[in-house]
Amino acid sequence: MRGLSITAHCAPHRVDGGARCARGALALSIALLLVLVAGFSPARAVEFDEILPDRTLEARARAISSGLRCLVCQNQSIDDSNAPLARDLRLLVRERLKAGDSDAQVRAFLVARYGDFVLLKPPMTGTTLLLWGAPFLILGGGAVAIALGVRRRRRQAIAVPLSDEEKARLKAALGAE
Amino acid sequence: MIVELGHFALTLALALSLVQFILPLWGALANDEPLMNVAGPAALGTFAAVAFAFLALVHAYVTSDFSVLNVVENSHTLKPTLYKISGVWGNHEGSMLLWVFILALFAALVATARHTLPLRLRALTLSVQALIAAAFLLFLLVSSNPFTRVNPAPFEGQDLNPILQDIGLAIHPPLLYIGYVGISISFSFAAAALIEGRIDALWARAVRPWTLTAWVFLTLGIAMGSYWAYYELGWGGWWFWDPVENASFMPWLAATALLHSTVVMEKRDALKVWTILLAIVGFSLSLLGTFLVRSGVLTSVHTFATDPARGAFILGILVFFIGGAFALFAWRAPLLRHGGLFAPVSREGALVLNNLFLATACATVFIGTLYPLALESLTGEKISVGAPYFEATFLPIMLPLLFLIPIGQTLAWKRGELLGAAQRLMGAFALAIAAGLAVIAITEGGPVLAIVSIGLGFFIIFGAVSDTITRCWPKGAQLGVVWRRAVGLPRSAWGTTLAHAGVGVVVIGIAASAWSTEDITLVKPGGRVQVGPYSLRLDGVFPRAFGNYREEVARFMVSHHGRDIGALEASKRLYTTRGMPTTEAGIMTIGLGQLYVSLGDNEADGAIGLRAYWKPYVTLIWLGSIIMAAGGLLSLTDRRIRVGVPRRRIHVAAVPAE
Repeated sequence: MRGLSITAHCAPHRVDGGARCARGALALSIALLLVLVAGFSPARAVEFDEILPDRTLEARARAISSGLRCLVCQNQSIDDSNAPLARDLRLLVRERLKAGDSDAQVRAFLVARYGDFVLLKPPMTGTTLLLWGAPFLILGGGAVAIALGVRRRRRQAIAVPLSDEEKARLKAALGAE
Repeated sequence: MIVELGHFALTLALALSLVQFILPLWGALANDEPLMNVAGPAALGTFAAVAFAFLALVHAYVTSDFSVLNVVENSHTLKPTLYKISGVWGNHEGSMLLWVFILALFAALVATARHTLPLRLRALTLSVQALIAAAFLLFLLVSSNPFTRVNPAPFEGQDLNPILQDIGLAIHPPLLYIGYVGISISFSFAAAALIEGRIDALWARAVRPWTLTAWVFLTLGIAMGSYWAYYELGWGGWWFWDPVENASFMPWLAATALLHSTVVMEKRDALKVWTILLAIVGFSLSLLGTFLVRSGVLTSVHTFATDPARGAFILGILVFFIGGAFALFAWRAPLLRHGGLFAPVSREGALVLNNLFLATACATVFIGTLYPLALESLTGEKISVGAPYFEATFLPIMLPLLFLIPIGQTLAWKRGELLGAAQRLMGAFALAIAAGLAVIAITEGGPVLAIVSIGLGFFIIFGAVSDTITRCWPKGAQLGVVWRRAVGLPRSAWGTTLAHAGVGVVVIGIAASAWSTEDITLVKPGGRVQVGPYSLRLDGVFPRAFGNYREEVARFMVSHHGRDIGALEASKRLYTTRGMPTTEAGIMTIGLGQLYVSLGDNEADGAIGLRAYWKPYVTLIWLGSIIMAAGGLLSLTDRRIRVGVPRRRIHVAAVPAE
């Protein structure tokens, strides 16, 4: 169901982009199906030669890279993507870690280069306040609305019986007993 | 010739659906019974015409008629027959035809459910349904005609995208479509109720089987899509919070909420306006998903050029139906009589909370999916909203909801007692805690959230089971009584139990992913890789050819504690017609877990790169989904809501109202 991320491999600067994009195009042409499993390409993602010998450092690298967007992809992390840019970024993350950066410093370095767009988890800023706040506003607002509704209903508590005509219709609609 | 007839049948279907739209609506407004009765035959006629068109396209595919452009672009003589058939909907035009086919099928089913539906409601529902069908038929004929000929006809087709040459394509889209289109029936029922200006328990009872059908198929369709992505993509993930996945998940959340609110409406005559709104929102989300995917607004500039005319057309359909439905809602909903007061602590109170959480979850997915788009068009600022956002917001909403399931199920209608419910759930709760402790003991610790989630999963399962047991087993009752009670329990009650237990199973499957292990490595023939408790030995790499592809297969022997337990093959394929490579992950199911191997590059020294995973209990994610769907199906067989059968009320004295 990776549908839209087909574009992952369609970076325009890529020499062999043509063939892959055609593939993406095809997969998307069935998109309406939402079928979109569209796997498009051999998943290589993190490759053996990229892995750091230091296990804790590698674990940190994986944790960071799973939260970084492959910039030429559709909603895919660099950890999952086999686009060359994703590989470059993975190597970059590992270089910064080897140089002694903290996780936050690595992220800050990439944000300075590519903007917030690179973070799959958008930072809380003025413009994303609504994004982060909305779920909890809706939940809270809904709860308040329900509470008020229940109270109002209770005050009005009048049961309206069915009219004779309605009773007859109900009986007819329920069919033969 | 058959192709032209198919094209003609589509045009005929458009004409018939217009008849089906106009006459019954007129009849309902003018209270003219013969006109209302046109709806049924017209719906059957539309269905027959669309079915003929669909079969005509299938015929063109099976016989490899390369004078049809659509077949040329998506088929090949060497393709296995199964994929020739599934290729029919493996492209834009064919998938739209399938969409309309199922739409017409559902209308025909409603038309045959004569005995269970009041005439006016049926006429109005079919009328609205016909309008939807007409819009999509027009879309097909104007901008997505699957029957376009090509002259001169080429000798060979361009083959289907290899990724789609999979059993998944044969199963997943039809399931998902039945789900999507099934919600359109609920939508049409809602619109009909609004036009009619009345809604009651009878309406709820009429609409519930359709919503339930849609929900069952949507559940299966999403689960199947998830499993397909899992084995085809090759990096072991099964859910990515991708916009396309979200597009199918939102209607599912709305349908789940609708299913529960309909129950409240049927039993307690409450939540009427809200239920109508949910039905409208559910199908609106289906349409929105269609638009988002089809128009390409969510894909970046790097994507291929989508036909803007098609996107605009679907946007038009979207605006018309969603806008129209909401306008109708705003105009007519105040006319609907509010009914039913209820105590907060009761089954219906719990179901209202269920709806609150599900609606919030749905809104969260909606906002997360569309926020970047809205922000960019408003301010030009580009942000990404990916899996970490959804995990941070969706989980806190879902966890309380999951915890609520057993409690709500245990509460009585009208006036429940929290203390009583808590007492009845003590056993289930204690078992769940024990399960959590057992997990800690066996795994020697693990992420807290995962352990809590496993306990939660067990709580849901035990809670569902214990609820059924208390209903069947009054204290000190004899086995005969228990048996009679169990048999007497409505099927829908058993269905609820099963579906809820399925949710618990899914939760456990998801939580267990915290213990999956991964290894990325190079291995030479004869070399070994250890993944979790299993050891893989690469026995060899050899080429193989089959129909329309060649592949390079790596064969592994899997062993556990030095004992061989079976062979596993993973491969890299090249589809010759298109020159496209794919990887086929090697998967071995051991117990409820899976060993998953995906091949990478070959090295000069004969070693191959591979990613291997051991995913304990991963199959529970899909098995649980199937259990949920089975629960829905079981509930569908309940005689009280069986479609198309004259209902006889049976008095079951010994069973408390569910």
